[in-house]
Amino acid sequence: MGLRSYIITRILLTIPTLLLLLSMVFLIMRVLPGDPVALHFEKKATPEQMESMRRALGMDEPLWTQYIEYLGGLVDIGYILEHGYPNLGKSMQTFEEVGGQIFSAFPATLELAFYSMIIASVIGILLGVISSKSYNSILDHLIRGVGTVTYAVPIFFLGIVFQLIFGVYLRWLPTGLRINPAVDAPATITGLYTVDSLLQGNLFKFFESSKALLLPSLTLGIILSGMFIRMTRTNMLETLRLDFVTAAKARGLKESTVTYGYALRNAFLPILTVMGLQFAILLGGAILTETTFSWPGLGRYIVDRINFRDYTAIQGAVVLFGLFVTFVSLVVDILYAYLDPRIRL
Amino acid sequence: MTKVKIKRSILARLIPGVTSLTRKGPSGWMVILGTIIVSALVIMTVIAPWIAPYDPTKTSVGPIREPPSPQFPMGTTHLGQDMLSRILCGGSIMLQVSALSVLVCFLIGVPLGLFSSYVGGSFDKACSLVIDAVYAFPGLVIAIAISAMLGRGVVNMALSIAVVYIPSYFRVVRSQVLSIKELTYVEAARGIGAKWHAILFRYVFPNVIPSIVVVATINFADAILTAAGLTFIGLGVEIHIPDWGRDLTSGWEYLSSGAWWIITFPGLMVILLALGFTLIGEGLSELLNPKLQR
Repeated sequence: MGLRSYIITRILLTIPTLLLLLSMVFLIMRVLPGDPVALHFEKKATPEQMESMRRALGMDEPLWTQYIEYLGGLVDIGYILEHGYPNLGKSMQTFEEVGGQIFSAFPATLELAFYSMIIASVIGILLGVISSKSYNSILDHLIRGVGTVTYAVPIFFLGIVFQLIFGVYLRWLPTGLRINPAVDAPATITGLYTVDSLLQGNLFKFFESSKALLLPSLTLGIILSGMFIRMTRTNMLETLRLDFVTAAKARGLKESTVTYGYALRNAFLPILTVMGLQFAILLGGAILTETTFSWPGLGRYIVDRINFRDYTAIQGAVVLFGLFVTFVSLVVDILYAYLDPRIRL
Repeated sequence: MTKVKIKRSILARLIPGVTSLTRKGPSGWMVILGTIIVSALVIMTVIAPWIAPYDPTKTSVGPIREPPSPQFPMGTTHLGQDMLSRILCGGSIMLQVSALSVLVCFLIGVPLGLFSSYVGGSFDKACSLVIDAVYAFPGLVIAIAISAMLGRGVVNMALSIAVVYIPSYFRVVRSQVLSIKELTYVEAARGIGAKWHAILFRYVFPNVIPSIVVVATINFADAILTAAGLTFIGLGVEIHIPDWGRDLTSGWEYLSSGAWWIITFPGLMVILLALGFTLIGEGLSELLNPKLQR
């Protein structure tokens, strides 16, 4: 199978997965015991008020019709072209379009996720390689210990400790928001502050937004790096024992060439797959990190909406998380197939 | 008489077990250390009501937000509760939530995985498709959505966490069974006319147990962290109940007051408990990985 037909098959296979995922979200939010409208009012509303909210949100119709409308809203091209985002229904709190609110919060999450991923992979792969090279030495145990401990640390605890040290005591770094409130946010091009300020050639804003990004992305990155250390170490240990590595050493190649050019290159494929799966965990971690640092992204949005018992908004945000993860796993699979031709057989 | 005999035989098995673990190098030590940490915390939680110096829920037993002092070794909370008593009693919710969620996962994930992979065909394909969809989804997001709908409480928290981890059990069991069911001894069992459920539970299942144990310990650690996370965003237990996750959250709400003790002690306890399970899980998975045996 050529790369192109693999990509097409893989995209087609995404459709049933997506359908399942969307149905699952609907099942949780609408069919599970607990009527969202009744939950929203906490039994403090008259039946008439509840009825009028149901009518306003289209929840008075049979579940089946609601389900079709829910799926239909996501693929309604006309609506997407008009608004720039899919129809995810209306908020129970403000009756605004959930889609609009979510898509304006999303870039903040994307930016946090992107930088955390870079930090996690750099720390994780580097320490993982060092650990495997010095297998069973004190250094190896030390790095493994660090990896294991990061895995057991609640992400928001690390965030709080960072805030306490660098924000409250040392006052070096801001402890919340995407940019210093005294500085205007860069004009929106991509929605990523660091990228936008660079595109506009404004180094000051780039510096300010990077400063705000540092603590949250470091928190998330360090927590994730534990799993990268473990994965890299295990895969490198398996690879370093293979014959081709011994052969390369025997040919007198430099140690670093053998490690990075031969072994890591081959150990990297399984690491890449894990990176794709880690993305789901990263987004989960982003919710907690955003809450800790008042980072105005999608995670913070979900938590805010939980406090308002705004179930339609929660549903919309969960759907977007699902779409995003599906998209990332699609990209990772395609990348994998490109790097390893055996997958396409 | 029989009691003594049983005790002796357990000890006789345990001691060589421990000594053989120590001979396995660092991975063996990790398992031992993890077991010690977890057992110590479980014992502490069980005997806490008798050893706690104050009632953990009682407010104003001391001044509010007092730093650690001889009378209050871990300080007091913003309601004037004794932090030490809350730390001693605070593991109970997390242990209950994680144990219950592991139990639910085990009871659903394992039989489903065994059955699905043994039967194969379109039933297996359908199961795998659904499970993979759940597996790919951000776990905390599902747990948040379910928790938001079910409401607070130990059982609801455990259920929402269980949904996230059932796929791990299913996948591990499935991949193991797929290779085990082709082995000669299973074929032999089939040859002598063993029924499918006998083959599945008496011949195949015992060989899957080691992998399940690894998944379960990691599941324990994850469940503890997820429970703490759910509590942090306001989906955990009520504020007066002593719970490490809950106290950590209240400490964060009063962060600017600089009261480090309200955050640090519960945080360290959560880390310790999760670390205990992680050490066991990671140690075991390395011991059981055939690719790493020399």
